[in-house]
Amino acid sequence: MSTQKNMNLTLQVWRQKSKRDAGGFKTYQAKNISPDQSFLEMLDVVNEDLIAKGEEPIAFDHDCREGICGMCSLFINGAPHGGFPGTTTCQLHMRHFKDGDEITIEPWRAKPFPVLKDLIVDRTSFDRLVQAGGYISVNTGGAPDANAVPIPKKDADLAMDAASCIGCGACVAACPNASAMLFVSAKISQLRHLPQGEAERKKRALNMLNRADQEGFGSCRNHFECEAACPKDIPRRVMAEAYRDYIEASALREE
Amino acid sequence: MSGAIDITASDLKLESKAPTGPLAEKWSKHKFDLKLVNPANKRRYRVIVVGSGLAGASAASSLGELGYHVDCFCFQDSPRRAHSIAAQGGINAAKNYQNDGDSIFRLFYDTIKGGDFRAREANVHRLAECSVDIIDHCTALGVPFAREYGGQLANRSFGGAQVSRTFYARGQTGQQLLLGAYSSLSRMIELGRVKMHSRAEMLDLVLVDGHAKGIVTRDLVSGEIKAWAADAVVLATGGYGNVFYLSTNAQGCNVTATYRAYKRGAAFANPCFTQIHPTCIPVHGDQQSKLTLMSESLRNDGRIWVPKAKSDTRGAAQIPEAERDYYLERKYPSFGNLVPRDIASRAAKQVCDEGRGVGPGGLGVYLDFAKAISEKGKRDIEGKYGNLFDMYAKITAEDPYATPMRIYPAVHYTMGGLWVDYNLMSNVPGLFVLGEANFSDHGANRLGASALMQGLSDGYFVIPYTVGGYLAGEKPGKAGVDHAAFGEVVSTVKSRSHKLLSIQGNKSPRQFHRALGQIMWERCGMARNAAGLEKAVTDIRALRAEFWENVKVLGDGSAVNTSLEMAGRVADFLEFGEIMCVDAWHRQESCGGHFREEFQTEEGEARRDDDGFAYVAAWMHRGDGKVPSLAKEPLSFENVKLSQRSYK
Ligand SMILES: Cc1cc2nc3c(=O)[nH]c(=O)nc-3n(C[C@H](O)[C@H](O)[C@H](O)COP(=O)(O)OP(=O)(O)OC[C@H]3O[C@@H](n4cnc5c(N)ncnc54)[C@H](O)[C@@H]3O)c2cc1C
Ligand code: SF4
Ligand code: FES
Repeated sequence: MSTQKNMNLTLQVWRQKSKRDAGGFKTYQAKNISPDQSFLEMLDVVNEDLIAKGEEPIAFDHDCREGICGMCSLFINGAPHGGFPGTTTCQLHMRHFKDGDEITIEPWRAKPFPVLKDLIVDRTSFDRLVQAGGYISVNTGGAPDANAVPIPKKDADLAMDAASCIGCGACVAACPNASAMLFVSAKISQLRHLPQGEAERKKRALNMLNRADQEGFGSCRNHFECEAACPKDIPRRVMAEAYRDYIEASALREE
Repeated sequence: MSGAIDITASDLKLESKAPTGPLAEKWSKHKFDLKLVNPANKRRYRVIVVGSGLAGASAASSLGELGYHVDCFCFQDSPRRAHSIAAQGGINAAKNYQNDGDSIFRLFYDTIKGGDFRAREANVHRLAECSVDIIDHCTALGVPFAREYGGQLANRSFGGAQVSRTFYARGQTGQQLLLGAYSSLSRMIELGRVKMHSRAEMLDLVLVDGHAKGIVTRDLVSGEIKAWAADAVVLATGGYGNVFYLSTNAQGCNVTATYRAYKRGAAFANPCFTQIHPTCIPVHGDQQSKLTLMSESLRNDGRIWVPKAKSDTRGAAQIPEAERDYYLERKYPSFGNLVPRDIASRAAKQVCDEGRGVGPGGLGVYLDFAKAISEKGKRDIEGKYGNLFDMYAKITAEDPYATPMRIYPAVHYTMGGLWVDYNLMSNVPGLFVLGEANFSDHGANRLGASALMQGLSDGYFVIPYTVGGYLAGEKPGKAGVDHAAFGEVVSTVKSRSHKLLSIQGNKSPRQFHRALGQIMWERCGMARNAAGLEKAVTDIRALRAEFWENVKVLGDGSAVNTSLEMAGRVADFLEFGEIMCVDAWHRQESCGGHFREEFQTEEGEARRDDDGFAYVAAWMHRGDGKVPSLAKEPLSFENVKLSQRSYK
């Protein structure tokens, strides 16, 4: 338990009725907030206040509230998830703020993530990137024994590092070009480190990266803002790996 | 039945359809006996799958692979975010890779016994059989399970099991299994076999001539209320632990889909069987929205204790060894800190009720790693539990390496669910129910790492066969959305949504939810008694009446409206909570997670009553405001001997 006292905060929150509405900031007071509350619990309190006053509550996405579903988002004081290392918005506790602070809260801003309402954006473009090839094409039934092909621990660990991406979109929101390179590469990297993924390795990179272009994600210019913003510490090396597969695939196609 | 709650017997006959013959041959025999749909005909059938968690995503993708037209629905913005993603610990499978004596029969036996003999033998055995295929299939899909240096899959023992049969992917097993199922689902979407409908919430079920033939949804972005027709409906909508308001479940988890199906005639089985997990971070304040689970694996090295003296206000470090009560080790010398969840939770409640709890409000016990750290070294403990310790520190601002963790039980899982037969079909023909949403495999208490197994077994390996068995006897496209039945349900759904928006009272949906949660936790939580449950029923009725007069939902129905979503879910919880209490009241025995204070041994252990209660209690809707009627499926045990669980 934190020993800090409860605090009062001023929030500048982006409100937008719908996709077509222009939207704008509104100022709210968050009163008597406990340092042990999470950021989203702080917004719950503000929302209860708003309902009491007859104003529609602020809409935001969330579900697990423990940093794993990737549903929460929020640009807090100019940084995705608030910019604390390895932390999603739902895991951010109010003890990181102090009495009297002013906090700005905005939705992810990127062309492929249109705002649906207030702080909620549409991230279905991420699903479509995975649909382009973020899988191993195997039907249910008839798989060989799981221990038939040994996988060195090192490779399994590299795959797992990449696989821990939660699909939140902070990398895109942080990138000046709204590139989805870190997200796409995380999947490509996971599957390329496993023998099962080898057969479709090149095709996968080609299709997923091409799909990213079609969906309106920008290209990667090596700013690495994504890596800094990623709450799951997906390392930049995955992008080099994906790029390698992509080049190989493109070269083959041109032959 | 006598007493304050008047329960009538239902005339519904529940046929389990469990095949005859030796236990180990039932499933193979049944698969052969099931009718098949001609491959060329499959694409003429439509199947609706509601839910994209482990059960739903694996079902939707496998049915798509077979050639059916599948429509899959979830309320999150992406199927990948279903609550299954949050599972940490692992998934069981009877692979016996460790050569430590595991087998399909042992997993079957452990599950039946762990469930305190309140599950159906045939289903549980099939689950144990399929467990083996799950690991193979998930590995083929690229799930990065933990490996040993030699490249073989790693296992750990989990939740009191005496063999090492749990497979895991760091602390993110549910995430990795779900992403595997999601990847298959994505492939089927790309191939046009599955159409995915995200941010769509099922609000009712449509029956045509007594068969489930469709659903009605609300588009959570546009607000549109829409009907969908199909030849069969599969519900894989998860558990209802959030009826308690605070639980380890994701915020969106709710009972609406299964409860609406219940109101349309599906039987709800064993609703009072809830699992309270012993190792969660205690409540810190009244604005809290959820409780966080600390993985059960911590009990492998952590020792649980409270001070011997009541109201001891000293810090943990100031309490000498001799003044500490390691109560699990004391009461259960052979299992110690590794007793099953229900027992560990109840023991924690007991010591806190005695006034020996620690932390704010005395609602906590210590989980202490000092001994493990001094014996094995900090490095070792960090290697095993580093991420959990970090998570604990992040939430509580305390350092668990230096001072013991504080934990307290929290609602975690619901064993009850819609009644299903061996085919996972409810008593409503054409309505299938998978995963946590059904009641089938865990009896009165679920073992750790068995929910993931069940969800995937249901979705990958059971439903592809059994849905075919049903569809083979049905003409495709029997009823379209233009059928009158659909129009009727659409208007019911619309008027309910309209009603919620028009009340404009004084209390938010959350206030009602919190109030309901308090009643449920107090009276239908870790310990229950007849008088308390009767009081709960009265209180819930009053709260429900107030809700429909005084709830305040702002905004309108034709756009994103998170309050409206919440209000609808809370409204269903307010009806369903009462049924849980009725079920808990009627079951005059203690078994698994259901502890009735009137039925305990002198030592305070659960007293089961096999003569009176070895049955599944399946409740049937009789109309709004009426106590449901009760149908019973007797349970017979042919392959295991009924015994009193003992972990002493
Ligand atoms: C913190 C935590 C840790 C856990 N750890 C483990 C573990 O280590 N091992 C283990 O075996 N089990 C574990 N469990 C239990 C396990 O995770 C769940 O029981 C299991 O994942 C449930 O899967 P499911 O597919 O049945 O449902 P869910 O994953 O809950 O999916 C439900 C789906 O239904 C959809 N849905 C629900 N209602 C509607 C509606 N009305 N309309 C449209 N869609 C709807 C949702 O959008 C979602 O897609 C854990 C549970 C928790 C809470
Ligand atoms: S790479 Fe990181 S920031 Fe990007 S979606 Fe994945 S978890 Fe989020
Ligand atoms: S709400 Fe799930 S990651 Fe934040």
